Parts: sequence; structure tokens; C-alpha cells
Amino acid sequence: MAPPLSFIQQREPAGDGPLKTTVLIIGGGVTGTGLARDLALRGIESVVVEKRDVNAGASGANHGLLHSGARYVASDPAAAAECRRESLRLKQLAPHCIEDTGGLFVAVAGDDENYIADFPGLCARCGIKAQPLDGREAREMEPCLSERLIAAYRVADAAIDPFRLALDNMAHAVQLGGRLLRFNAVVGFNLAHQRIRSVVLRDDITGRSQEIEAEVVVNAAGAWAGEVAALAGARIPLLYSKGSLLVTGTRIAQRVINRLRHPSDGDILVPGGTVSILGTTSERSASPDAIYPEIQEVDRIIDQGTAMVPMLATTRYIRAYCGVRPLVSCGEACDDRSVSRGFALIDHGQADDNPLDNFLTITGGKLTTYRLMAEKTADRVCQRLGRGDACRTQSEPLPDTVAGRWTEPGLAPRTWMERGNPGDLLLCECEMIPQAVVDDLVRTLARQGGAASLKAIGLRSRIGKGPCQGTFCSQRVAAYLYDRGVWQDDRGIDELRAFLRERWRGQAPLLWDISLAQAELLEATHCGLFGLELDPVDPGG
Amino acid sequence: MAASLFAALRGIDTIQVGPVGTLPFASGLLDFIGVHPVRTGRWHPNPWEAIAQLRQDESDHPYAVMTTREMRTAWKQMLAFLTDSGLPYVAHPERNMRMINPVGTVKLTYAVPRSMMAADEALRRRPPCLLVDFAGLKGFSARQIAARLKLHWPALRTTRLPIPALEGELQPERLARFLERRDHCRELAKAIKSRLAGAQAVGLPAVVGLHRAGPHFDLIQRRLGVPLFEIPTLLPSVPGRRLLDTFSRQLPRLGVRTWYQYAVKQAQIRADGALHFRIGSAADGFWVQSRAAILATGRFLGRGLHAERTAIRENLFDLPVHQPDKRGQWHHKDLLHPDGHAINRAGLMVDARFRPVDKDGAPRHPRLFAAGSILAHQDWVRQKCGSGLAITSAYAAVAACAQIPRGLEGTHAP
Repeated sequence: MAPPLSFIQQREPAGDGPLKTTVLIIGGGVTGTGLARDLALRGIESVVVEKRDVNAGASGANHGLLHSGARYVASDPAAAAECRRESLRLKQLAPHCIEDTGGLFVAVAGDDENYIADFPGLCARCGIKAQPLDGREAREMEPCLSERLIAAYRVADAAIDPFRLALDNMAHAVQLGGRLLRFNAVVGFNLAHQRIRSVVLRDDITGRSQEIEAEVVVNAAGAWAGEVAALAGARIPLLYSKGSLLVTGTRIAQRVINRLRHPSDGDILVPGGTVSILGTTSERSASPDAIYPEIQEVDRIIDQGTAMVPMLATTRYIRAYCGVRPLVSCGEACDDRSVSRGFALIDHGQADDNPLDNFLTITGGKLTTYRLMAEKTADRVCQRLGRGDACRTQSEPLPDTVAGRWTEPGLAPRTWMERGNPGDLLLCECEMIPQAVVDDLVRTLARQGGAASLKAIGLRSRIGKGPCQGTFCSQRVAAYLYDRGVWQDDRGIDELRAFLRERWRGQAPLLWDISLAQAELLEATHCGLFGLELDPVDPGG
Repeated sequence: MAASLFAALRGIDTIQVGPVGTLPFASGLLDFIGVHPVRTGRWHPNPWEAIAQLRQDESDHPYAVMTTREMRTAWKQMLAFLTDSGLPYVAHPERNMRMINPVGTVKLTYAVPRSMMAADEALRRRPPCLLVDFAGLKGFSARQIAARLKLHWPALRTTRLPIPALEGELQPERLARFLERRDHCRELAKAIKSRLAGAQAVGLPAVVGLHRAGPHFDLIQRRLGVPLFEIPTLLPSVPGRRLLDTFSRQLPRLGVRTWYQYAVKQAQIRADGALHFRIGSAADGFWVQSRAAILATGRFLGRGLHAERTAIRENLFDLPVHQPDKRGQWHHKDLLHPDGHAINRAGLMVDARFRPVDKDGAPRHPRLFAAGSILAHQDWVRQKCGSGLAITSAYAAVAACAQIPRGLEGTHAP
């Protein structure tokens, strides 16, 4: 048996006094992690606290689309131009996170002909290149397209891996002295003299509380920004818009395919390695918590998507997921001079009620513009601190780190075959993830000061993302982690339950045809045989 | 398989058509009923008490349609068949046995291969026990099992054995084929014995042979000198394969024509009431007429049922399927919700003679029967009753089928 891993890091016990840092960033999404890197490159120390895991919110629940900007030319030209600039920049600075697929905008019979006619002019106005294609050319490029095309344009869209992006940003920040505290929820603020004196955290794994003192606190909690701000007595009027997306079992198209119409449901198909992602919807939600991709959304997405790509009616879908977009109405506290209308940077020091001089909120925006959001926020942080170098993320390439690399489809099997080690067993056969990758991820998580949960490993790799959706790989990884000494006692039962429940959220609305048969096998194994649904699980308690 | 066996035992001329279904996914444990009610998740040490309560609580459940005598006879004939066929199974008539799972949980089940029997006693007595696993066998970790069981069974130890002759990944079936050789079993016994260190029982994954499982298990146990028990593995499992091989080998000897390589492509009830089946493929099929038919086609995995986005259908005859009104009601948002998923109780409604019925309760055809997991009003996963449902309902359906007088071919019997 291989020796137990020696690098398992226990969670740090809470010290006597509060932790201290220069900047505390609340939220480990792509904006929070991007801000941590931006600040680190300016020589500013920061700590990121995240109540769950990296990209647990909307940063990890989107299309993975690097917008050319063309989608917003009619509704928000400023945001469109911003997307164009940032997209070009990220393609240069973070190419390992991006598949530069190119994109198409296509209209089918019945679509709004005025919008179609206006589209090239609107693109030109924003500096976005849109090359007209005839239907035959478009279908030669993407044979899956409908024969009922009436217009097509080629644009510079691309696919981006949001997990790799956030993990690499965080890893680089950590290399430069930053720190990430996962599963640490902000539960309170201690205020004094119009400032946040300290932030109270609760470790959701140990249950312990600790305080952090920071010169500046940045609320980058995404859809939870309003709740976090409320804990400090600040008010951010947020509305929640839920968007659901579907993952196909295979890659349907090589390029991003957008419906050439006013943005609506089910009108973007984005390649994501070996799969495609179809979405999205926009449904008002009362809360950012307890959201699910609902069946009526799934059916609407498929029905709408089928108009541009007919095979979407019959293809197999392996997963649905959803995220919440925070819609900000921030009134006079918004700084319209320095930020785009696509996102909101709120300086709570300028609020009329309960001003807090060292508290900022950054929210809204798009994945494509995350770097710009981080830059503008860091500018404001440096202004508050009265120190800090100029922004370097405009020109400094994002390092390709181990932390994020295993999210790339196909990398694990390629590496496994290159290494050719027959003793390195495949734990996830759908996505061909071997033991060595799991070891790598356990090390990464230890460096991030956290425990290796199944969900955390799944987030940082392709494990559980194939057709079996964790039916087999969950237990194989669990067994392996026991063998390696990473897990003890009966932790595995709770881990399996949590992981399978999480995968189920995305499976349940898609269960028909083959997927339902697969789910039947999953339930037969984990409930019929293992009895995981029972509490207590064993007869007799 | 069970229906073919019971039909053959009654001397009914039988053809079994279709792929082998879900048997390769079987754990080898034959559940009767372990949990009732589902919502409370209450385990029942005595299955007969559970069934008595189930009949009161769920009058539509297939178990409520059968008599206790039919159930006991079905089990008796099935276990005798397996044992006589060289795959001995054991059951305590009045109680469920406790078995260990690869995740370290314990479940109640009714009948088990003799090679698993000692786990029940070991779980009760908790003697010093050695759990063995094999390098390269994924998803089965003795450490994982012991980590959980040790909370109440401190005298558990674990060891991992390499199989140098089998480098790299070990699928359970590959390991089982390796242990088809006596010399390999002797070597295994020697390796385990050298690590016994006072252990009074030994558990290992269910991989000790396929066709020679019984004698080779006995050989290892004899050489160890302590009780030995197999533990189910992840799927596909060797005990499932043993069951499949046993049925495949023995049913033809009992006169069943087993056409596993074919599928029923089309089924018709003709105007004169005759049952006709197109067997094979669209290109090379042929037609078979039968006096009666038993649908033991399973659910979605077995392809007896098919779910579209809007509804669930029965695949062969398009029989009425009891099902929730909308897809939104099929599944809970929580995989492990204590109520179970409503879709699991979807299926064919049957009358007292296990004939699929319309919504008004009338049988669709006088000589068309259904058995097993395709039946409605049961949740075999949550009730832990999959094998029992298959065996007992097959017995009951065959019994009803056997009551059809001869000479009714091509007619609708009253």
C-alpha cells in the first residue's frame, strides 16, 4: 500500500488574537480571486475569505463564454466595448484558460429582422468586428446549424474556463503572499468610528470563530453582497436573477453559437472542452440560496436552442446548473466615473447612512470583465490605503499553475497516458482521472489550508462530470482517500452524501431517456446497496 | 430469469428472450424486504413482520397481491435451484441477515451466497477480524470499511495484498478468474494466513472464483482455519456474474430456450387475441407466437420502461403506465430525500393474477402477465426488496399463467 500522504494539513487552530491583513476580500469568486492577485502584484497583502469554495457562486455557474461584446451592442454598448477590450487582453494574458474558438451569431426564420439589419452597424459602433456569412458558409463551419438560417455573422467569441481562471488567480496571489480561507463565512462586523474594526468569521468545518482586522474590507460576495453588506449595516438594494444552463454529453459545435436577436432564453451554445453548454434563462429569485435549475427552464432552453441547432432536441444532456446574477440599483453611491455600467463599485464611505470609510463593494459585471473589475477595485483600495503600485494585470501574464490545471478537459488522460504508469489507476473512468491527479489536488487543497473533500476535488478536476455523474468515481475516490490516510473514521459517508447530492441538483431536471437509466443505477448503488439515504444508516443505529 | 425457472419447474414450454438485463449489476445479496415504511427508514430484522405491516399500509404493493405461502414457496424453490446448481445460497427463514458494504455501512438482506454468510455472525460477535483488500482493486478499501465499523468493532484490522501476477488495475471479474485456479487460491490462503495474527474471522472482496467459487472458497477457508466471508464490491460484481452464469447454464438444462442474444423488437396482440413477437433485429427478425407471455423487462435500466420528456411508456405493448402527472413530480430535489422519488413507484398496474390492467382495472390481455421491478406501487431501491419482488412476483405470475387451460391459443379467454 502506498504510504499515507504526509502533507495533510490540519486546519489552523484559532489563535489568541485576531488575524491581521491589509485587505480582506470577502468572496472567492473570479472577482475576489482576481482582486487578490491584482493587489498582490501591487505589493498589497490580502486575505480572501469564502464561505464555501472557490467559484461556488455565479463565477462557477455560467457559460464559460469570453464575450466578443457583440451580444451587448444593442442593449449596452459601453459594456460591449469593455468586453471587446478585455476579451482581447485575456486572450493574450491567460491563453491557457481560453479556447479561442471564435463565434457565430445566427438568426433563423421568424427572428426580428430589424435587429438583424441593425446588428452590423451596432457592432461597428462598438469597434467589434462582425463578418457576414451566408447560410451555406455558416453550416459548413458548423454543420449542426439549422437549415432555416436567414443571417449569420462571425465574431471573436471564445470559451474560457472560469474555474481555472479563478484557481490560477488565487494560486498566483498565494505565491505572492496572499491567503485563502475556504469555508469561512462572514458572520459579523465590529464597527468603530465609521470604520470596520474587524470581521468575524465562522469556520464551517470546525465551527470555530475568529476575527480578522484589515485596513480595507472589500465585499466581493457576488449575489450575497447585499447580505454581507447588511451585516455591517450597509444597504445594497439587490435583485436576484437566476440563470440556468445545460451541459450536453458531447461537444455539439466547435464555435460559440449565439442567436442573433435581443438576448433571451436558450440562445447561446458554448463549447466547453468535450461538451457544449446551452443556456441561459433569466428568472427572478427571492434569494441567492436554495436555487435549482427547474424543469420548465430546462424545457424552455431546449425548445429555444433547438431553433438554431435542431439536434439539441434529441441530444443527451448530462447536467444542469444555475447561478444568480446580482442586479444592482445602487443610487448615488455608485461611482459612474470610474466603472462601467456593467458592474458596480460601491464606496460605502460615501453613503449617506452609516458611512464606512474602509468598506467597498464590487458586484455585478461579467466573467469577461472580471479583470477590469478587479483593477478598478484595487485602484480604489490603493487610494484608500494611500499606497500601492500601478496595476500590473493589464500586462502581466496569468501563470499556469497546478491549482487550476486539472479542470481542463482531456489534460488528465493525456498526462496519464504520457506517464504510462500502470499502477496509477483511473479513479474516474468517464473523464479518465487517475490517482496521481487526486494526490495533486489533495496537495493543492492542503496548501490552501483546507481539507480534501469530494466536492473540493470535483471542483478542481473533471471528476464526477462525465456521464456517470459520480456513480462510481465517488466511491473509488473515497476508497483511495482512506487508503492514503486523508480520511479517517466515518467521514466517507457524509462526503459521499454531500457529493452525490450536489451532482443530483444538476441531474434531476434532466432525467429522461438514458440519463434516467443512469440515475436508476446510481440510486440502486448508493441507496439500494449502501443505504446512504437512511439515517441512521445501519440497522440498529 | 426467475420466471423462466418457475415456468420450467412447472413443465411449461418456455422461451426467454432478451439481453440479460440488470443481473450483472446485482450485488449478490437477495433482498426480500429490509425497510418499511420508506419515510421513516425503519429497518426490519424480520421480513415477514415487515410484509404484514406493508400489506396494511400499501394495499397496492405487489407483495399485497401475493399470499405468504406463494412467497415462501418461491424462495424455497429459488434457493434450492441455486444450491443444486452449485451456487449455494443461505437464508434464515424468519429473519434478515446483516451484511457489510464496501463503504462500511451495514444492511439487512434475506438470502446471501454461502460465501458471505459468516459476515452476519461476525457482525454480531465482533471477534478479532482481518479485512483484506487487493492492490489494484478500485473502490474497495479495507481501511475504509474498517474506519467506519471500528467505531463499534475495535478488533478489526486491515491488510492489503498485492497480486504480482496481475499488475495494474484489477477488475473484480479479472481477479475472480485468477482465483479459478486452485494453486492461486492456495497462495492467497497462505498470504492471508501469514497476516492473521490472531484474527478469528477474515473478510475479503467478493472475488473468490466464478464457476468454482464454492469449492475454492471452502479451500481458502479450510486453510485459514477461521470463518471467511466475502463482501460485495462496486459494480459490476462477481456475485452478480455468478448468478447470471448459473441461470444461463442451468435454464437450458431445464428445457428453457434462452435467446439472450436476441431482443423482442415488436410485440402484437392480433385481432384474434394471439400474442405475436418479432424476435431479432429489423433486418433478420422472425415471429414467435406464444400462448402466454410474462413481461419481466425491468424498468429504465432494463428497458422495460422508457421515459420521454413528457411521459413514461411501456416499451413493448405500450401498456398503461401508472406515473406522476408531470415530470416535475418524478424526482425530489434531494437525491436522498426520505420519501424516495415518486417515479420509483411508477410502473405497470396488475390485477390479482399479475396481468397488466387499464386504469379501470381490466386486464389488457388475458394471457399477458408482468413481474419484477416493472410493477407499479413499489420502491424496490428504498424498500430493499428488489430480488424478493422479482422472485415472488415471477412465481405468482407463472402460477397464474399455469392456470390457463390449454387450447386457448388465438382467443380471448373470458
